[in-house]
Amino acid sequence: MVEKVRLMQGNEACTMAAIAAGLEFYAGYPITPSTEIAEMCSEELPKVGGKFIQMEDEIGSISACIGASLTGAKAMTATSGPGFSLMQEAIGYASLCEIPLVIIDVQRVGPSTGMPTSPAQGDVMQARWGTHGDHPIIALAPGNVKECYELTFRAFELSEKYRVPVIVLTDEVIGHMREKVVLPDPGSYKIPMRAMPQNPAGYKPYAADPNGGVPLMAPFGMGYRWHCTGLFHDENGAPSSKPAVASVLMRRLNLKVENRADDLADYFAEGLEDCDLAVVSFGSSAMAALSAVRRARSEGYKVGMFRPKTIWPFPTATVRRLLAPAKRILVPEMNLGQLALEIERAAGCERPVIRLGKVNGELFHPDEVFAAIKEAL
Amino acid sequence: MAEFLSYFRQDRLPHIWCPGCGNGTVTGALVRAIDKLGLDKNNIVVVSGIGCSSRAVGYLDFDTLHTTHGRAIAFATGVKLARPRLKVIVITGDGDSAAIGGNHFIHAARRNIDITTIIINNNIYGMTSGQASPMTPHGMLGTTAPYGNVEYNFDLCELAKAAGATYVARATTYHYVLLEDLIAKAIMHKGFSVVEALSQCPTYFGRKNKIGGAVDTLNWIKDQTINVKAAAALPPEKREGKILIGELHSIEKAEFTQQYLEVIAKVQRANPSYARNKGVPGCELNSD
Repeated sequence: MVEKVRLMQGNEACTMAAIAAGLEFYAGYPITPSTEIAEMCSEELPKVGGKFIQMEDEIGSISACIGASLTGAKAMTATSGPGFSLMQEAIGYASLCEIPLVIIDVQRVGPSTGMPTSPAQGDVMQARWGTHGDHPIIALAPGNVKECYELTFRAFELSEKYRVPVIVLTDEVIGHMREKVVLPDPGSYKIPMRAMPQNPAGYKPYAADPNGGVPLMAPFGMGYRWHCTGLFHDENGAPSSKPAVASVLMRRLNLKVENRADDLADYFAEGLEDCDLAVVSFGSSAMAALSAVRRARSEGYKVGMFRPKTIWPFPTATVRRLLAPAKRILVPEMNLGQLALEIERAAGCERPVIRLGKVNGELFHPDEVFAAIKEAL
Repeated sequence: MAEFLSYFRQDRLPHIWCPGCGNGTVTGALVRAIDKLGLDKNNIVVVSGIGCSSRAVGYLDFDTLHTTHGRAIAFATGVKLARPRLKVIVITGDGDSAAIGGNHFIHAARRNIDITTIIINNNIYGMTSGQASPMTPHGMLGTTAPYGNVEYNFDLCELAKAAGATYVARATTYHYVLLEDLIAKAIMHKGFSVVEALSQCPTYFGRKNKIGGAVDTLNWIKDQTINVKAAAALPPEKREGKILIGELHSIEKAEFTQQYLEVIAKVQRANPSYARNKGVPGCELNSD
């Protein structure tokens, strides 16, 4: 097996992984710190027969991606805070209509234009609840450049398999940092494929097991002639205002991801078995946190580390189990306690959850987390 | 009549539109135009936004996409660029295309992407029961213009032309034969084509403005229009205040998706090793 080793940015790794996963369509709008992804797609996609378009705004970008995905193309867009806010309505559309789609959100300081373009992790809750109504969503958070590659590829696998928009939640530091990435040989992995129906006769676009089943998706232009609507719809795709239809649809839609929360759980854990203090952190904050945890260990403190790579659906049962030994939990994150809310819900009943929030555009320094660890103990 | 029913999802009928609404007339004109052109149903995607007119797609037996408010053209752009072989038609309303979706409208025109956009302009927001739209004429009434509209409306055809659309035409639900003919021409045009269909909303626009019922509102529209060919022979004072109908603009210009395919071909010729072996699995069936 031939492996290629490359030094690359997180944004570059996301793009390379998307193309490896069979990306066929990218629509985007320039916004720092995500723009390299658009630039690279504009250059690379034509080489593999894919399409790139710079749309008039982020709403148009995600809308075009949904249109492309409906024809069977794997589609992606990338953005940052302000653009991610603009995409929320269409994220709801893609969730309801079950359109596979990958969105890279390279987080920056907000709200609003904020402090362009320093890093932040303030989109945790927006990734989950940014659009109106209960809806399924998957969000993955890489902690380094290598994981930008792995988790973007994974995002395509999950999106195509479960017909759900998947958000890759990186940040300015991860996006622009350069690290070594070992690129897999093109023959060594399976390209994610969407399950498709075999025959247009009797095709029901939304027929699936009500307990979280995933319907088969026919690409437009193949003779299935089905109707895709953002109105609640029955298994034939016909709009419906019947409470019974709405109830079946909403339950199946949400169970699709909820039922699989712990199968989807992906994380890094170290030294949790005997810890007094668990440090929970993700993305670029977790780099400083892990450094501080290891230093504390070497100095004899019983400290462990948990870093979720799957942020949504939140791996509640996994967190509860792995954090059981901890007497306290410290959550460093570049926001004012968004992940901490979930940790409190999952594991906070029996022990205090200490928030270590930072929203000034600066990264955590390992010393800062180390000091917080010592104080918490 | 019956032969055209095959273009409809008959199990989804009857439609939700009010008695006397013009949306059915425009939808009928579209279906007849498609029939006349002999197009393959399986190669047509009809996309719409939000509003009364946008509900048309739910009744049509094609691949149909009922999107979010104002975004139909942006969704359609993705469909067309991903699969240029498909005929992509947008049905939208005046609020959907000229207010919330105005940006996508002008940019699609600027790109000259091969999408046919049929704007059903009834001068009002019908679905939300009668608010003023960007196409409500100055001085006329809507539920949000109770003292008369102080804003001015667009000339959507001039807007489309200025933005770069390469085929622009206007007809009304009264001039039905013309409407069908212009839609057929727009569909066959290579590039961004726009047909504005002036249409009656007797329920809100006609009633609120005391024009009368469906026939009165239809006549009110008819009386304001003049065919562009007839207008050419008239002195300026007789054309004053009239809305032109007919084919208003038609030019040839390189189309966006074809140019993009040429870029792909050029890049792949220069870098033969890059071409993905046999395309992406699962997409061969639908590639072009």
